[in-house]
Amino acid sequence: MTVGLFIPCYVDQFYPNAAIATLQLLEKLGVDVVYPKKQTCCGQPMANSGFSHLTGGCDELFTEIFADFDYVVVPSGSCTLHIKDHLHSQKQPGESEALRTKVYELVEFLTDVLKVESLEANFPHKVGVHQSCHGLRGLHLSQMTELVAPPFSKPGKLLSMVNGLELVDLDRQDECCGFGGTFCVAEEAVSAKMGKDRVADHIKHGAEYITGADLSCLMHMEGILRRQKSNVKVVHIAEILNGI
Amino acid sequence: MRDHAALSEEFNKDEARVDWHDETLWFIRQKRDRAVHSIPEWEWLRETGSQIKNNVLSNLSAYLEQFEANALKNGIHVHWAADAQEHNEIVLSIMKRHQADRMVKSKSMLTEECHLNDFLAKNGVEVIDSDLGERIVQLAKEPPSHIVLPCIHKKKEEIGDLFHEHLGTAAGEADPQVLTEAARQHLRDTFLTRKVALTGVNFAIAETGEFVVCTNEGNADMGAHLSDVHIACMGIEKIIPERKHLSVFLRLLTRSATGQPITTYSSHFMKPREGQEMHIVLVDNGRSRQLGRPDFRNSLKCIRCGSCMNTCPVYRRSGGHSYHTTIAGPIGAILAPNLDMKDHADLPFASTLCGSCSNVCPVKIDIHDQLYKWRQVLVKEGHVDSVKAAGMKAMAYTFANPSVFEVAGKSGRWFMKNFPSLVSNRLNPWYKEREMPEPPKESFREWYSKNRKKV
Repeated sequence: MTVGLFIPCYVDQFYPNAAIATLQLLEKLGVDVVYPKKQTCCGQPMANSGFSHLTGGCDELFTEIFADFDYVVVPSGSCTLHIKDHLHSQKQPGESEALRTKVYELVEFLTDVLKVESLEANFPHKVGVHQSCHGLRGLHLSQMTELVAPPFSKPGKLLSMVNGLELVDLDRQDECCGFGGTFCVAEEAVSAKMGKDRVADHIKHGAEYITGADLSCLMHMEGILRRQKSNVKVVHIAEILNGI
Repeated sequence: MRDHAALSEEFNKDEARVDWHDETLWFIRQKRDRAVHSIPEWEWLRETGSQIKNNVLSNLSAYLEQFEANALKNGIHVHWAADAQEHNEIVLSIMKRHQADRMVKSKSMLTEECHLNDFLAKNGVEVIDSDLGERIVQLAKEPPSHIVLPCIHKKKEEIGDLFHEHLGTAAGEADPQVLTEAARQHLRDTFLTRKVALTGVNFAIAETGEFVVCTNEGNADMGAHLSDVHIACMGIEKIIPERKHLSVFLRLLTRSATGQPITTYSSHFMKPREGQEMHIVLVDNGRSRQLGRPDFRNSLKCIRCGSCMNTCPVYRRSGGHSYHTTIAGPIGAILAPNLDMKDHADLPFASTLCGSCSNVCPVKIDIHDQLYKWRQVLVKEGHVDSVKAAGMKAMAYTFANPSVFEVAGKSGRWFMKNFPSLVSNRLNPWYKEREMPEPPKESFREWYSKNRKKV
């Protein structure tokens, strides 16, 4: 099995440690991982802003780079969902269609494809999980509080395999952090308030770290935590699972 | 006109008030959760409600004609209004025929949508809203901020001040029970003296020609039963095929809206009592146009429960008035562009696309997907500012060209440097309340080149 690793543009530039952890974790689990260096962005920032007609270049590039892999793994629920829902290549329509079913967010790849049942990782800290909306309500990484349906949590399952890690409960377990792509600057006031409220919930329950499967949300919350000079840190779930 | 972002910024100047507003509506979301989690078949009910409404939308003209025929048989006068203006004229003509210059009106978002109160006032008709929340915003000369809870943005002390000014309660009196009693006395007189009562319609049943009005206060019943003339106004999408379908919708509506099992009053109106005249006004006002938009037609399934507002993290922190349209929140943001794209071009962007609205919707409207789709339409129709459009083109070019992207990345972490200013004219709005990420020594791709041999 050969996996193509897609690292979202802002993760590449700002959070290389999360990308490195994703790569190392997959390698440890025996997966042959390749990171094609021509990759750029999934196109979501344009599409969610109403400019999906400008994403053709991104779609062609993504399809060209990743068409031949067995799977594509992405340490981001939001980018994964965008590809699943919208990837379309004019030049290689069949390949892009197939890619939409071959692309996996990291957590679901670990639980659903690799069927990971144990991990060698220690993280002796109190951790709050941020359920990013696109991973939650788009990819169904966990059960959604709005629905009358049995609870489950794929990130929770993986984190329960980590020694010493204590999950904290939250008052609002799946409320949006307010990042929302261009929303974070176009609607600055509400976005920042949502972020402050989300962070406060984790702090109130004694979290030392906030983790999640989407660095865009974590970047947003980190920006607020650092402005508040808080000791609480954000960490991508790959870094915990990889045993930093 | 100020847009949602500007109005929200204003709302957020008083953070304690934002917290209060957020928590008040979250409390209702929690009540809704408790109510629906006590019903094991809840998701089945939602699916059934959704399918019934899909059937209605696919056969709307047939059901409307069936409803009209049965209502006429029952002795109800039926009127058809193509738009708000026609609706208002019809209501006024009924008032004039009865030489009535005063009306008591129970809650009807449709009449808010048509701005009936203003129109009647200009034509010498005084309207008193009898729903307590509506009465409060009417006294405050404000529009409702929520479709189910019209004055949810007001604190009880502010309501006390209004009542002191208008209804003569003691200064500083803010006890809800005392204020409610004052409103009750004031409205009792209104009910007894108005010859014409107007109500909304929650459900109109094609099979029987009857309509159902749901209230918690019984104010619609008080108005209608004491009046000589009862006018009921409804959007054409309120139709349901058969009476038995109420067994689905009445269970869905109030659990979603307030967490109650059912409204206190779910009143069926089938025919005028002896000596009374009953009218029903069927209003299109853009609904047929929306029905003709494949991506947006199912927004017409809405039963106006307001649960999408209560769950919306943006609505809770921006207030209903920030949407500058009759129906606020996520559902309003997908309905309003149909009425006027230019005026409401900001609303589909007033969302993080978190998707909670679609999950609470009792008739399974894909609200957040429609928000996404409206964004595409609004951009194509030219309703997005040119700075943002130019920025998006630059971004698309960079991302489509790996060599350009790599150079851009190396020369100063392109993303955060460019991204905020590409979508906002204001000087880096990210930084106002957030720190920027600290650029690491090397990007992942740089690390990968050094540490892995492949590719």
